[in-house]
Amino acid sequence: MSKNILIIAEQRCDRVQNVTFELIGIAKELAKVNGAEVEVLLMGHNIAGQVSDVVGYGADRVILVDDPCLASYLTEPYAQAATEVIRERTPGVVLVGASSIGRDLAPRVAARLNTGLTADCTKLAMNEDGTLEMTRPAFGGNLFATIVCPDHRPQMSTVRPGVMKKCDFDASRSAEVVHKEIAFAPQKIRLVEEVKVCSVVDSIEDAKILVACGRGVGNPTSIEQAKNLANELGGTYCSSRALVDACVIESCRQVGQTGKTVRPECYVAFGISGAVQHLAGMEDSDYIIAVNKDENASIFNVSDLGIVSDANKVLPLLREEIEKLSRA
Amino acid sequence: MEIIVCLKQVPNTTEIKIDPVTNTLKRDGVESIINPDDKTGLEVALQLKEQFGARVTVLSMGPQQAEKALGEALAMGADHAILLTDRAFAGADTLATSKTIAAAIKGMPYDLIIAGRQAIDGDTAQVGPEIAEHLDLPQISYACEVGYNADTKVFTVKRQFEDGYQILEVEGPCLLTVLSTACKPRYMRVKGLVDLDNKEVQILRRSDLVIEDEVLGLKGSPTKVKQTFNKQYNTNKQKLVLDPAEAAKLIAATLKDKHLI
Ligand SMILES: Cc1cc2nc3c(=O)[nH]c(=O)nc-3n(C[C@H](O)[C@H](O)[C@H](O)COP(=O)(O)OP(=O)(O)OC[C@H]3O[C@@H](n4cnc5c(N)ncnc54)[C@H](O)[C@@H]3O)c2cc1C
Repeated sequence: MSKNILIIAEQRCDRVQNVTFELIGIAKELAKVNGAEVEVLLMGHNIAGQVSDVVGYGADRVILVDDPCLASYLTEPYAQAATEVIRERTPGVVLVGASSIGRDLAPRVAARLNTGLTADCTKLAMNEDGTLEMTRPAFGGNLFATIVCPDHRPQMSTVRPGVMKKCDFDASRSAEVVHKEIAFAPQKIRLVEEVKVCSVVDSIEDAKILVACGRGVGNPTSIEQAKNLANELGGTYCSSRALVDACVIESCRQVGQTGKTVRPECYVAFGISGAVQHLAGMEDSDYIIAVNKDENASIFNVSDLGIVSDANKVLPLLREEIEKLSRA
Repeated sequence: MEIIVCLKQVPNTTEIKIDPVTNTLKRDGVESIINPDDKTGLEVALQLKEQFGARVTVLSMGPQQAEKALGEALAMGADHAILLTDRAFAGADTLATSKTIAAAIKGMPYDLIIAGRQAIDGDTAQVGPEIAEHLDLPQISYACEVGYNADTKVFTVKRQFEDGYQILEVEGPCLLTVLSTACKPRYMRVKGLVDLDNKEVQILRRSDLVIEDEVLGLKGSPTKVKQTFNKQYNTNKQKLVLDPAEAAKLIAATLKDKHLI
């Protein structure tokens, strides 16, 4: 058994997804504690061009399984390839992104390897003896649990996208690439049709500035003003679940426990109360500005600049102030 | 067609109680419901039954009180209910749970197993796929539409992803995990409630299963809860009470200061 950390990369639409780079980032941190190497398993078809991306973000070794059977994501061939590679490499830890694909694949692989799996982790810590402490929210974010997997290997975890930090890209890095051939079993599931929406327009996870609206600014005028403000600042807008449930804002813009985790340079929250489920998705933003008319709102427990005021009145004025200052 | 629906009883509240000794969740004294995704799974099964004819068995693992959730499932129209309950099953993580449920299913006839995508108390989404693995069945998770061709015996399933969907075909037996957006579960029927007197929840215990002791319950769980905690926030942070004009000025100045404008 090695003590290495193996990451199952996620590639969709011919691109390695951000969560994979984030996993490499945290794995490099964990590896410092016990001197492990970070290996990345990249599966798909015609994906050799993506190797340099995972290497640039810090992989020490890439295991490449490139096969027509892996052209689209299907549970069984991916699970078969991942299990065979894990049995061969015997890593101490296996990390998978907690995306739809990752959360489908990881339990299948964990059950086949007869080991434990901790879902949707938001914090990982390594002990010197190579045991991993995996922390995850439960009960909709009201409770957190730290889970260990003392006697089974590998220790497996799916990790929530957007939570871990990726390293800076370094084009000069190089790493060993291991090609692995798999003799795939016949498939029981047939793919009839696949529809992908590859370009998510201004995804909230990538924005430097987010202007967030809650129920307190739920009227069309204020929302329009918030969108314009976000635009002017070169960022984008997002919201609490209240406005997504009310069908005022698209669900892909929901921040929080059941939405996305974001960490922009600046998060400006208007009329958001700050329920734990919302905080879980934004509290790690670099700088948080909150405007709420209730001075006891929980959003102020995480804000760097907390302002008790009427957001519907602040929003229109803010635009003028920003125009003044950007001209100055 | 024989359909098995896996169903979990979950607490209907965000109020949480932890047993300080075992560090596991205390479920007593909290109102319980059928997990929403699982209830949708039952509805999918009942619709298949109405269209193609099927016997629908609901199966749950949990404490004795989970009988109530199974009773509700029977009143909705399930034909048969099984509760896996035994001290030996307690404290199971997803691997131990899935092995126990798989062991129970092994002795039963089935063409289709349906589970909810995930339970609202744990949110792991792991038990369904793990059951499929132990029974060596193909799995389709995140099903949002389920069709069936009675002539070819092929299920056609629409599987939802973050950024698109797949249409997949599979022959039974197979396992699906369904999203709660798949359909709206029906209410319990009056007739169902009356019929309930003739329907009993079958209880399966440790001794009814062919399975090794080592893989059951807390002992058979590779993952252990080391610690549980609530997040503590600083409730004494400074906040400024400002009129809208001052507020706008201060926010703009702060953004400027941070080179964001
Ligand atoms: C399992 C579970 C998962 C969840 N997941 C999420 C999630 O992912 N994301 C999420 O956001 N929520 C989530 N929620 C819901 C969450 O608990 C809250 O209900 C939700 O975040 C509230 O949204 P809000 O702050 O916009 O609305 P409210 O809580 O109604 O708050 C509105 C706020 O606006 C303020 N306000 C009103 N008028 C004004 C004004 N004129 N100017 C300034 N302030 C004003 C009020 O003082 C109040 O604080 C989840 C809940 C559960 C149970």
